[in-house]
Amino acid sequence: MANVIRRQTPAARLGRGLLYGVLILAALFYILPLVVMLMTSVKPLSEISAGSLLSFPQNPTFTPWTKAWGEACTGMRCDGVGGYFWNSFAIVIPAVLISTTIGALNGYALTKWRFKGSELVFALMLFGCFIPFQVVLLPMAQTLGWLGISSSRAGLILVHVVFGIAFTTLFFRNFYVGIPNELVSAAKLDGAGFFRIFWRILLPVSAPIIVVSVIWQFTQIWNDFLFGVAFSAHNTQPVTVALNNLVNTSTGVREYNVDMAAAMIAALPTLVVYVLAGKYFVRGLTAGSVKG
Amino acid sequence: MRDSLPMKNTSATPLGPAAKRSTPSGGLQAWLPRLVLAPSVAISLFFVYGFMLWTFVLSLTSSRMLPSYDFVGFGQYARLMANERWWVASTNLMIFGVLFVVICLAIGALLAILLDQKIRQEGALRTIYLYPMALSFIVTGVVWKWLLNPQLGIQAMVQGWGFESFRFDWIVDPDMAIYTLVIAAVWQASGFVMALFLAGLRGIDDSIIKAAQLDGASLPRIYLRVVMPCLRPVVFSAVMILAHIAIKSFDLVVALTGGGPGYATDLPATFMYAHAFTRAQIGLGSASAMLMLGGVLAILIPYLYSELRSRKHG
Repeated sequence: MANVIRRQTPAARLGRGLLYGVLILAALFYILPLVVMLMTSVKPLSEISAGSLLSFPQNPTFTPWTKAWGEACTGMRCDGVGGYFWNSFAIVIPAVLISTTIGALNGYALTKWRFKGSELVFALMLFGCFIPFQVVLLPMAQTLGWLGISSSRAGLILVHVVFGIAFTTLFFRNFYVGIPNELVSAAKLDGAGFFRIFWRILLPVSAPIIVVSVIWQFTQIWNDFLFGVAFSAHNTQPVTVALNNLVNTSTGVREYNVDMAAAMIAALPTLVVYVLAGKYFVRGLTAGSVKG
Repeated sequence: MRDSLPMKNTSATPLGPAAKRSTPSGGLQAWLPRLVLAPSVAISLFFVYGFMLWTFVLSLTSSRMLPSYDFVGFGQYARLMANERWWVASTNLMIFGVLFVVICLAIGALLAILLDQKIRQEGALRTIYLYPMALSFIVTGVVWKWLLNPQLGIQAMVQGWGFESFRFDWIVDPDMAIYTLVIAAVWQASGFVMALFLAGLRGIDDSIIKAAQLDGASLPRIYLRVVMPCLRPVVFSAVMILAHIAIKSFDLVVALTGGGPGYATDLPATFMYAHAFTRAQIGLGSASAMLMLGGVLAILIPYLYSELRSRKHG
């Protein structure tokens, strides 16, 4: 530290100031939309049309939030986004649990019980991470119909599990590759079976990758719109679809404060996850890219 | 150790010639891993490969409201090629994709390099740069639609500051609306590219940089000539991921512009959805989905090829 300070010429100090200036400007670019969204959501409508985007709310009110939650019109019905918020949870929780469990078992089988063709199986499944989902929409709609679960929460859970296991398998496989094989081989010699080894040896060390997988799947499924809009009916819609309907419902006066409150409601769960577990969130995002 | 084990287990050691076949608990244990993987493989074969084939078959038919199996060869592809809206969508994807990828890379690299200069509060800044990635594209679209609203958003605000002639009404301008998609998408994804680059920078051996410094190279020169070449794999993966996001972009368009004004901001993803689900043109929609898949493969295959090559050499 001492020799750093010694070398602080005026030019260096200027450079340092510029550096912080650029970084803070960038921070404003990222944070201001959220600030505006939050401030708009607690302004009365009169203040919105009179004031400007960045003016601080003079008479903050919570009414837009209660309205967005329970009364705002989303298409035909006017009961807010609250019900759809719980719909999203009802879809996300089972889908995350099932896809993470399957991914963990797949990753374990692919790394600790390699067999002829197991790499091929992995490559085959990995491709599912890359397809544009438009290419499966129409057959999926028909298949859900045959299964009798079109426009239902069960149908959406199935869709999210089916297209999530490629990612969860990738996560767990890449994680378990790094776990030494010696322990597993020793347990095999002792006569321990497939599930026993998984339960006793792999699972206890899997906490970090479980967190990554759960967070990744949670944000992906919560934020999904394409499957939600294609495969749901009005009473099974996830919150993203309801939010879009609310914003695009063109009856009466545009209530921008209610729009923003609804957007905040839809954004909160993933934001909370990000704030609480940002480290793991980044790891999930980079798992497939940096490590390969 | 191994030799001291009871007889029953010795056959399981990899030393024995028949070791792999006869595990202690017999056949079931040997098949269990395959049994566990079987449902996933079946799912993948049916829901991914089967559905791709199915969509391809649909794209060869004259299906409109409902899937029919009246084959018309590549007629739907010909119709697609003659469809002006499809060309608008494809051109938009080129503009949007290239700008989105290039700007995200530039901002991401710049912020990562700046953050790597032993910055105070680096963690807080990183958190702020990256949080939009946690949001749904629908939320991003709703927020930016509000910010870009000419009567009440940024334009009105700057005009209110006294710059009466200031104009920023791209969202209602058919020629400029596509750039609003770029702004919103860059806002959402550039922090992620920053995180990728920062991870890459932290992985570079300090001694390389020190050596260049001893040679008297200036800091910008070191970054350009020494550091950036080391980050080529990061750039490559970032381009792959961003291009993939661009091709799949659907939600953002729906929430921000609804494809409008008119169909000025249509992308292939919204084109496909509109034709397959609301305009009763299943055949045409399937053809467009297949072309999207072709686009993804055109990016993916060189990527996988280079991955495999580097693995072989590394």
